[in-house]
Amino acid sequence: MTPLDYTLAELKQQLSARTLSATELTDAVFARIAATDGTVQAFLTLNEEQARAEARRYDDKYIQGEGLGALAGIPAGIKDNIITEGLRTTCASRFLDNFVPVHDAFVSRKLKEAGVITAGKLNMDEFAMGGSNENSAYQVTRNPWDVERVPGGSSGGSAAAVAAGQVPFSLGSDTGGSIRQPASYCGIVGLKPTYGLVSRFGLVAFASSLDQIGPLTRTVEDSAHVLQAIAGHDTMDSTSANVEIPDYAAALQGDVRGLRIGVPKEYMGEGVDPKVKQAVLDALKTFESLGATWEEVSLPHTEYAVAAYYLLASSEASSNLSRFDGVRYGVRAENPDNLIDLYFKSRSEGFGSEVKRRIMLGTYALSSGYYDAYYLKAQKVRTLIKQDFDQAFQKYDLLIGPTAPTTAFKIGEQINNPLQMYMNDILTIPVSLAGVPAISVPCGMADGLPVGLQIIGKPFDESAVLRAAHLFEQATEHHKLRPQL
Amino acid sequence: MSINLHDVEHVAKLARLLLTDEEKERYTDQLNAILKYADKLNELNTDDVQPTTHVLPIRNVMREDEVRPSLDREHVMKNAPEEEDGQFRVPAVLE
Repeated sequence: MTPLDYTLAELKQQLSARTLSATELTDAVFARIAATDGTVQAFLTLNEEQARAEARRYDDKYIQGEGLGALAGIPAGIKDNIITEGLRTTCASRFLDNFVPVHDAFVSRKLKEAGVITAGKLNMDEFAMGGSNENSAYQVTRNPWDVERVPGGSSGGSAAAVAAGQVPFSLGSDTGGSIRQPASYCGIVGLKPTYGLVSRFGLVAFASSLDQIGPLTRTVEDSAHVLQAIAGHDTMDSTSANVEIPDYAAALQGDVRGLRIGVPKEYMGEGVDPKVKQAVLDALKTFESLGATWEEVSLPHTEYAVAAYYLLASSEASSNLSRFDGVRYGVRAENPDNLIDLYFKSRSEGFGSEVKRRIMLGTYALSSGYYDAYYLKAQKVRTLIKQDFDQAFQKYDLLIGPTAPTTAFKIGEQINNPLQMYMNDILTIPVSLAGVPAISVPCGMADGLPVGLQIIGKPFDESAVLRAAHLFEQATEHHKLRPQL
Repeated sequence: MSINLHDVEHVAKLARLLLTDEEKERYTDQLNAILKYADKLNELNTDDVQPTTHVLPIRNVMREDEVRPSLDREHVMKNAPEEEDGQFRVPAVLE
């Protein structure tokens, strides 16, 4: 047993009882990173010196018995599109190679208030565009279960670091599945909260109507603790929901007797690996044994979600990424002829291929003469997809299916076919378009690779999602499996 | 609808991207494949469907128009590629 085998609640208990110091825990984190990150390549920037200093500060506070935050002295990794004051934040893009934020994101500040120590910044697909981490301008993070395979994405570094036991937890962001899909591929727990529950202030925007920050953890209980630390209203994000935040750890108590589960038949059909499907059916049996009932339901517009998503997300991205002009921050191209030339050269040198492709698609979809045919059409289809969920939730408490149609694929296997790559998100994208919360929890293995179970809830009903996931986890052993590194 | 090399050049100009000839050809092919896939949306009749502008019933968020502190200039200029007298320096706008 090393300090990294404990849950967050156990770590906090040990830190409070002073049977473990924040310094020992932080040392263990950096020792594990040193031993494994040459292979895994999850981290883009380490915050080692600062983290060790903070650990000593928390140890003093624990000794003095001062009032401490809920996660005081526990290190974590943060996805590199969430800004951190004084700590380089690149979005895995050459464009922001030298960018050091001058303030914290809302969630970075909330983690600090809870006493979390930032261990470093985690790799991702450039500007969160991708599902494999192959679109990082710096490195391809490896799946700890099989280093020839991708960790998923875009929060691939965040998922791999937790799966490899480098950090007790991490933060990621999810636009069309970017927390849930890598959590599924890496055999850990990934939660995408309801749109608006966690402030996006300081999250570098990709698609503003979809982006949402959430935790990647080893257990559901850990997920509840991290969500507690980062949820809440923020006046700096005009889409931040002003809702009462429940006690998520307390919500784990109880049972699922009488719970009505809908299983979208579109999530169990063609294109879903039979072994993935079997793992989900086994999980449903577990829920039956816990007293829940399930039946098939139809979300009839599922097959249109990927097309609508890529038009909407790319359109929003083309607008959001117009801020990267080489004038105020980021990397400026050398020797421009004039100001326009500076924009052209800085953007062309700074952005990678997938980012350019999405800017092109979005610019086209929003351009004069095409807006109605693409953007407006996609917004209308989004309404139909959301109505599918509204109707299903009139009858069911939760919806359950696979997180991804397959397990992790091999590095390089899909890189030349963007459409094929986009299809990996076919079961997470509809949930993002509807704005509802969903978690991915490990539910078995297929040929030595983890399979993720997706549990989808009503808007702001994270409590029900977490409770069902927690009870499933308690009834199974899947989350206890660890990759050999 | 399909997109040709000329469209790709036009869109790249709107997006302030310089593309190599190889990129132009590749994006023409790839964007055509994606747009062809997106044509799938036309299978649905959406004449009477309202577009989703927001997934939650959120209204405009207003606040009092009061003077508040913002980031100080020294901090803001820390990431400036080129600076002069506390301002962002850029090449000539007019020839």
